[in-house]
Amino acid sequence: MEARKIEENIFRFLMILSTIIISSTLFMIVYTLFSKGVGSLSWDMVSKIPEGGFYIGKGGGILNAIVGSIYITLGSTFLGLIISLPIVIYINVYAKKNATLATLTRLSSDILFGIPSIVYGAFGFTIMVYMGLKTSLLAGIITVTLMIIPILVRAIDEVVRVVPDDMSNAVFALGGTRYESAKIILRQSIPGIVTAILLSFGRAIGDAACVLFTAGFTDSIPTSLDQPAATLPLSIFFQLSSPIQEVQNRAYAAAVILTIIVLIINIVAKVASKNLSKNKI
Amino acid sequence: MPTSVNTIRLKSLKKKSTLKQILKIMRRFQKFCGVVYSDLTRNKRLLKDQFINKTFLALTLLSISIVVLIAIGLFYKSIPLLNSASLSDLLFSSEWKPFKEAFGFYSFIVGTLWVTAISIIIALPLSILTAIYLSEYAHANVRKLVLPLIELLSGIPPVLYGVWGVLVIVPLIQDRIASHFVEFSTGYSVLAGGIVLAIMIFPLIISIIIEVFDNVPQELRNASLSLGATQWQTTKKVVLRKSFDGIIAAVVLAISRAFGETIAVLMVCGNLAQIPQSIFDSGYPLPALIANNYGEMMSIPMYDSALMFAALLLFVIIFLFNTISRVILYRIEKRNT
Repeated sequence: MEARKIEENIFRFLMILSTIIISSTLFMIVYTLFSKGVGSLSWDMVSKIPEGGFYIGKGGGILNAIVGSIYITLGSTFLGLIISLPIVIYINVYAKKNATLATLTRLSSDILFGIPSIVYGAFGFTIMVYMGLKTSLLAGIITVTLMIIPILVRAIDEVVRVVPDDMSNAVFALGGTRYESAKIILRQSIPGIVTAILLSFGRAIGDAACVLFTAGFTDSIPTSLDQPAATLPLSIFFQLSSPIQEVQNRAYAAAVILTIIVLIINIVAKVASKNLSKNKI
Repeated sequence: MPTSVNTIRLKSLKKKSTLKQILKIMRRFQKFCGVVYSDLTRNKRLLKDQFINKTFLALTLLSISIVVLIAIGLFYKSIPLLNSASLSDLLFSSEWKPFKEAFGFYSFIVGTLWVTAISIIIALPLSILTAIYLSEYAHANVRKLVLPLIELLSGIPPVLYGVWGVLVIVPLIQDRIASHFVEFSTGYSVLAGGIVLAIMIFPLIISIIIEVFDNVPQELRNASLSLGATQWQTTKKVVLRKSFDGIIAAVVLAISRAFGETIAVLMVCGNLAQIPQSIFDSGYPLPALIANNYGEMMSIPMYDSALMFAALLLFVIIFLFNTISRVILYRIEKRNT
């Protein structure tokens, strides 16, 4: 055989090998988490808040963390959407001719996307101190919102960009304003927007470093915005650092819960984007 | 008297021009407010459009300025520390004694570099090979099957990677790998951090490199193949060479991602403020330092300032890396449209 054929085959083998390695890591991780955590999973875990001595192995569950995570995630996704939708509309409808501003916005959200969540956490802390807040649900929501705005902007921008120009031209031809054309464009991009929301939801629910400084941690379920809130990732982290086996096992069970939530969100996002786009023109 | 006439003329000219300017400014002002005013009387829809234009512009500018706000906020908080010690002392001294107000970040910076370097060394070859396979060799169905799996990998929260690292990677290093090279290792090491990080940055590198490969014109591949080159030769000499700058950009982005990852690395890399002597030693990366000490930071003087300086350091490095690679990627995209 020719030398170059041999080289080709060697590299083809290496490529397939590395593809298998990388695509099997997901299964490896999910398998490990499930096999370790399912045993300690119980109904108490998801339906009760921690009782006294929870962190030394006594009874209770992590309902506080689940609810706290959902509060923070819902709040910040909602806030983030309110802020990022106008931005996307502006750079795609209003500033269409001013390409510099649009490029600058896209560039800055790409850069912000790369900023690690711990930096957002630290920045959120400085805002919190500046505004005179204490660690609370509200401070956590603000920080997470800052973190997910670039994700939302980039993901929604991606779908709004591919809506054909004819669509808005038709609106203009009928005497519509830019705002009215924006409404038509948004209706066309609903599937993409739903996917973007789910993606940022998944990111927000899984991030621990970001809320470390700002949301605090508590064993009770927050009832107002100025109370501290626990989150699921932090709860896993704290339980895992305990030396007691029983508490560690519960951390693995909590990890299973988080894995299930995140996988469901991600898969729903994939299916939704596929199914919703059927009705698109 | 020609001179005086000239001066008078000049004066009147000056007056005229200033008058003109004032009129111009007034007209502009009228235009600015006038649109709104006349539309109020004429057309509610146009008014709405104008109003939305201005508000949305404000929001867009605000979103751009978040980058600047973060820099200012963190810098403002780290001023006390910067005033008390010189920058080179902070960066290149490894004496970390918060109670004595000695803040040397050297060992943390070295720890970050170790973990990042290991993760890139592991992730880069695997990711490039996978990206080549998926974009040049694999059947469309294989690509459709594998890419979503890799995307799912990017959706898994860092803390779960951390748990997995503690369960699988740390014992693996402690029992199987480290014993061949060093006398003793707990497994909580920069190697463990690097492996976990490598898996976390796979999706990022692969998706960017595939995008860069897709931007290489098909004609180039066809030309090479029609000259009798094998597919691997075409990939090596045409596709890889053509997308070299894109791959560099992807690597730089991956480095910046690895640089800032916090919780997962914190859980597996041991967190000892020392300079690692081998890959089986513990390290203490900067993000882990920030996350681990947020509890005590208000009780020790200057400590909060030191942690905010660490965050500023991370921000500046990652901002530079990100900007450079994004600009390169934008150029590639522009070149091909």
